[in-house]
Amino acid sequence: MPHDHHDHLSPSGHPYRPDDDHPLTYWQQMEIAVRELLIEKGVTTAAAINAQIEAMDARSPAHGAAVVARAWTDTDFRAALLEDASAATRDMGFDIGPMRLIALENTDTVHNIVVCTLCSCYPRNLLGLPPDWYKSRAYRSRTVKEPRKVLAEFGVSLPDTTTVRVHDSTADMRYVVIPHRPAGTDGWNADDLAALVTRDSMIGTGLAKSPDAA
Amino acid sequence: MRVRADMPPGHVRTPGYLRGKIGWVERTLGPFPNPEQLAYGLNAQALPLMRVRFSMAEVWGDASETPTDTIDAEIYSHWLEPAEAPHAP
Repeated sequence: MPHDHHDHLSPSGHPYRPDDDHPLTYWQQMEIAVRELLIEKGVTTAAAINAQIEAMDARSPAHGAAVVARAWTDTDFRAALLEDASAATRDMGFDIGPMRLIALENTDTVHNIVVCTLCSCYPRNLLGLPPDWYKSRAYRSRTVKEPRKVLAEFGVSLPDTTTVRVHDSTADMRYVVIPHRPAGTDGWNADDLAALVTRDSMIGTGLAKSPDAA
Repeated sequence: MRVRADMPPGHVRTPGYLRGKIGWVERTLGPFPNPEQLAYGLNAQALPLMRVRFSMAEVWGDASETPTDTIDAEIYSHWLEPAEAPHAP
């Protein structure tokens, strides 16, 4: 590489990162070729593809947060969610497609954390695109072996009295964690509560925000 | 139940680190098309899928961080065989 800045810091104090410009990969070229052929042959249209991309981008952790906040405030919904999370979220009006979802409830004594060691299965239809670290080899291999260390690196330190349950999303189910409802939120409505629910808390690498941090 | 200890080549959805380990069925999930056949465009047979729970002690032995913590994974029935299973805590 002509400029190797690995050992240097930028004026902002961060290490330089190499540009990620590169020629199209084989699979990128294949994707473009197949997409253009499908459009040319009238199988689909550019507008339909755009609409699908927009629908994907519109999915966000806010959907999951609304589900969690309702589970915190509506005991019937909470029971239905734990019984069959796909049906309960669909009934709430979320288009989760064919996704099979399981909700995992954190309690005073149990903390759940989700990983996919084989690839990067993630409930995109409810939480949007996964964070990059979720797909990293380090997160995938370490979470099943040393979840408490991984959690500590995310700023979550759990007492020995809490059981950590790791969920390896290896096959057909997707998972969402229902974080523990923060103290000091009695009487809050679901909309205000949803603002305390972070993406990481629904993966299990974080906790819901406390009211004073919100 | 014990996860079969085989290491076959190909598209397998049973994580290697769980092969040969003993766990208990946390819940059954109903029939799903066998992904090992789906991946090759074959007519996939519908198989029961189980959520199996393992203790960290069972999976990692002395290297486990906290032996009583657990790992749950979805395992297809053809990967499971009966075992002297530990009891759920």
